[in-house]
Amino acid sequence: MFGMRHVLSMREFSRDEIDSVLDLAEALEPYARGGRCDALSGKILALLFFEPSTRTRLSFETAMMRLGGKTLNLGPAEGSAIAKGESLADTIRVIGGYADALVIRHPKEGSARLASQFSPVPVLNAGDGAGHHPTQTLLDLYTIRKESSLDDLKIALVGDLKYGRTVHSLAYALALYGADITLVSPPTLEMPATIKADLAGKGTIVRETHDLDSVIKDVDVLYVTRIQRERFPDPYEYSKVAKSYRVVPENLEEAKTGLIIMHPLPRVDEIAPEVDGTGHAVYFQQSFYGVPVRMALLKMLMGESR
Amino acid sequence: MTETEMKLRVTPIGNGTVIDHIPPGQALNVLKILGIDRTTEATISVLMNVSSRRSGKKDIVKVEDRELKEEEVNKISLIAPGATINIIRDRRVVEKYTVDMPDLIVGVVRCPNPSCISNTSEPIKSQILVKSKNPVVLRCVYCEQAIAEKIADYLI
Repeated sequence: MFGMRHVLSMREFSRDEIDSVLDLAEALEPYARGGRCDALSGKILALLFFEPSTRTRLSFETAMMRLGGKTLNLGPAEGSAIAKGESLADTIRVIGGYADALVIRHPKEGSARLASQFSPVPVLNAGDGAGHHPTQTLLDLYTIRKESSLDDLKIALVGDLKYGRTVHSLAYALALYGADITLVSPPTLEMPATIKADLAGKGTIVRETHDLDSVIKDVDVLYVTRIQRERFPDPYEYSKVAKSYRVVPENLEEAKTGLIIMHPLPRVDEIAPEVDGTGHAVYFQQSFYGVPVRMALLKMLMGESR
Repeated sequence: MTETEMKLRVTPIGNGTVIDHIPPGQALNVLKILGIDRTTEATISVLMNVSSRRSGKKDIVKVEDRELKEEEVNKISLIAPGATINIIRDRRVVEKYTVDMPDLIVGVVRCPNPSCISNTSEPIKSQILVKSKNPVVLRCVYCEQAIAEKIADYLI
């Protein structure tokens, strides 16, 4: 079962722990859609976003409110103690005294781990620089389980596999489920060799290609990520790459009927809007599933049964 | 130079610690890890690039009148994994062991990731997990970055 005090990195999750989060998310999904639930009535969740975020912050806020709890928001850093030079450690100790759990997003990698060392209450990592974003991975897994299947899964991870933190965490988690993973990226944005070696060491089948069209017909899930313009020194090179990794309805003609297309959002050019209506697109459901998954984590960390 | 000739160059110490089988060129880094600098009052002998039957060349550090503790000396295993420690009392070796790498190293190696929270002014010491001892692969507890090369460059 779930014995964790903090949620910091997917590395710390066993398959059983992931399954228990997804099971509870499923049980809470009706409440995420608007049912009444008082599981966290009287509890306070502090949201410490040191970097801008829309969907992650709002989805945590929604999750807490759907469970009957309340949230505290760190205001703009200007004018607060942080602008006066307070350390993150002190901020965490102080706000940890006001709330029953903390959600933190911070530009420095490892900041959530530091917060967990100083916090008197559970800490949830909502993104630490280029580091981890475990709640995103859990909602991705939940989406696959709901809209496809985590058993005998064939998945293609597409786009920026070098810098994209969500695909790294997701690949590690999928290894726990014995997924067959195909990596599709431009040559300059391939997944780091250390991660590929780790995955292969866990017995995961990992294939690599630069050609998106060659994999679509074989996979159950197409997980598309944004290729960032700033990764390319030459705008022409970017436009060439961006075009070859753009999913359009014509790509999907030979796809399996049950193929689902996921994206952590925001998307820019990598999925054409015409794909939204094809029945393969699940990225908006995926975004919604962040609410039940975060509800499950909040309940596990703050609920009475602990 | 033979071992006998080498011994003539620096006399054996009466009491203290001899760190032997340090990879050549790493003696000064060993002193750095042990916190031995100009403020140290003990007599220190540093031998570099002496002949070794085992490894061709090696460095040796002798610290007089001070018996280094095991947990203190184990930190040098990062850069000198095969080093041996000899505790000397009245010119006799009373204890001898090979350094053993601890599972967690605190405050010795800086994380190489400039975006890591441990490289800011937060009130914490660097914490490095030992992922593999041979070859040495370390991982920052905070940002989880692996450190496998040029470990000596990151000594604090």
